[in-house]
Amino acid sequence: MRKYSVFAIAREAMRAHKGWEAQWTSPEPRSSYDVIIVGAGGHGLGAAYYLAKEHGITNIAVIEKGWLGGGNTGRNTTIIRSNYLYEESMDIYEHSLKLWEGLSQDLNYNVMYSPRGVMMLSHNVHDQQVFKRHINANRLYGIDNEWMTPEQAKAFVPVLDISKTARYPINGAALQRRGGTARHDAVSWGFARAAADRGVHIIQNCEVTGIRRGPGGEVQGVETSKGFIGAKKIGVSAAGHSSVVMEMAGVRVPLASNPLQALVSEPMKPIFPCVVMSNTVHAYISQSDKGELVIGAGTDQYNSYSQTGGLQIITHTLDAICELFPMFRRVKMMRQWGGITDNTPDRSPIQGITPVPGLFVNCGWGTGGFKATPGSANLFAHLIAKGEPHKLAAGLTLDRFRTGRLIDEAAAAAVAH
Amino acid sequence: MLLIHCPYCEEDRSELEFRWAGEAHVVRPENIAAISDEEFAEFFFLRNNEKGLTYERWRHIHGCGRFFNAARDTVSDRFLMAYKAGLPKQPVPVAEKFAAIAEEKSVETWEQTEGDAR
Repeated sequence: MRKYSVFAIAREAMRAHKGWEAQWTSPEPRSSYDVIIVGAGGHGLGAAYYLAKEHGITNIAVIEKGWLGGGNTGRNTTIIRSNYLYEESMDIYEHSLKLWEGLSQDLNYNVMYSPRGVMMLSHNVHDQQVFKRHINANRLYGIDNEWMTPEQAKAFVPVLDISKTARYPINGAALQRRGGTARHDAVSWGFARAAADRGVHIIQNCEVTGIRRGPGGEVQGVETSKGFIGAKKIGVSAAGHSSVVMEMAGVRVPLASNPLQALVSEPMKPIFPCVVMSNTVHAYISQSDKGELVIGAGTDQYNSYSQTGGLQIITHTLDAICELFPMFRRVKMMRQWGGITDNTPDRSPIQGITPVPGLFVNCGWGTGGFKATPGSANLFAHLIAKGEPHKLAAGLTLDRFRTGRLIDEAAAAAVAH
Repeated sequence: MLLIHCPYCEEDRSELEFRWAGEAHVVRPENIAAISDEEFAEFFFLRNNEKGLTYERWRHIHGCGRFFNAARDTVSDRFLMAYKAGLPKQPVPVAEKFAAIAEEKSVETWEQTEGDAR
């Protein structure tokens, strides 16, 4: 792999940009691998990268039904933050945030991580108490998060309407300054390029249709649309389709797949300096470097794999956006899309061993998996390599639904993740 | 937005009137205090989350207020059947229904809807 640098740009500029090489290769699958990862999203590609980089395992295939960046990695609103309430959540999201900070250098790929701040608006006394509890929990745990008065919030986001007559009055806000955004496609491509450089096979347009198990119940490999591929270990990281893939190995996971929608506006001059979320009226918004307002809507109420959602969900969010930021009322929306999120009963992820020897699972990231990408991938790689979870992910087991040791972020984070 | 048939009101109404109420035909164990943790997790947390035919409960919350069951395809979001609560799981002639869905135009055009009304 040729390193990307200012010298590479200068060199290519001298010869009409004819020397750029493909960022990753698309090899035919071998008959078997040490590790197969099902799902080439950010989490799966990242796990392959960290397996190769930190654990010396390079005989890996990442198998993808569609194409890179075609699933939830390319369908989210790119928000990064770690201001969760419970220690299990703070551990993994803060681990991830620290990896985000050095990811572009690590991958030699500009993922455009931008710590522009994530502000969560408080509209009532309940919000205020919950946010202050979050802030105190975060600060005790060494994670930055601070309370702002409405005036301070307005100074940070000048387009915010904090007037007393506003439809949704604001009585304060919580701000995590290290939170922000990154470019989602670059995350997918950067991990793919760095993993492929270390010998990982990325196999796109190849659907896993079955998981073959041996006489002792252990995994032997996967049946795919390109034939059988053997593997000693299999990691499933298939987002909205995780329960479908796990069912192939006879393992039931407590997931509900729901559509979640997002939309972007026409591009505009820079107007919006950070990410603003309002859980109470359900709106979250930021501005991409291209100038589009990136807006996240809610999930539909029913299970679905349709990658689309109801119009009433979007209009509900846009109603709130127009009230909070009156100047956006005349902005045109350009594109809308949906992804399939895998939600657990306690709204916390599942990462751990399964009853099937050699089968590992990373799922349940629900509506907030993008921010966790490097951290989750890093710890999933540890899990696959060592056969037991890293201490930072030890609480995320599949077994917690039997023991009752839930991580109840559903109540802690209200709606938006 | 879905168009949902309420088997009590016997009308197709907009999804806004309904509340989804989870998987249908999940039976609460009669000896709930005696079952093992595994069995409780199974009953309480594990759902089928089918890709394809699913049976689910809906409540016509802004209408008659009653619960009923429905069969739906989770890939196309088409309803295949709606039936009253208390009835056993109704068989859906899956192959025929799915073939019918594939033949139907999946996008509602102005000519199909407003055009007729005019």
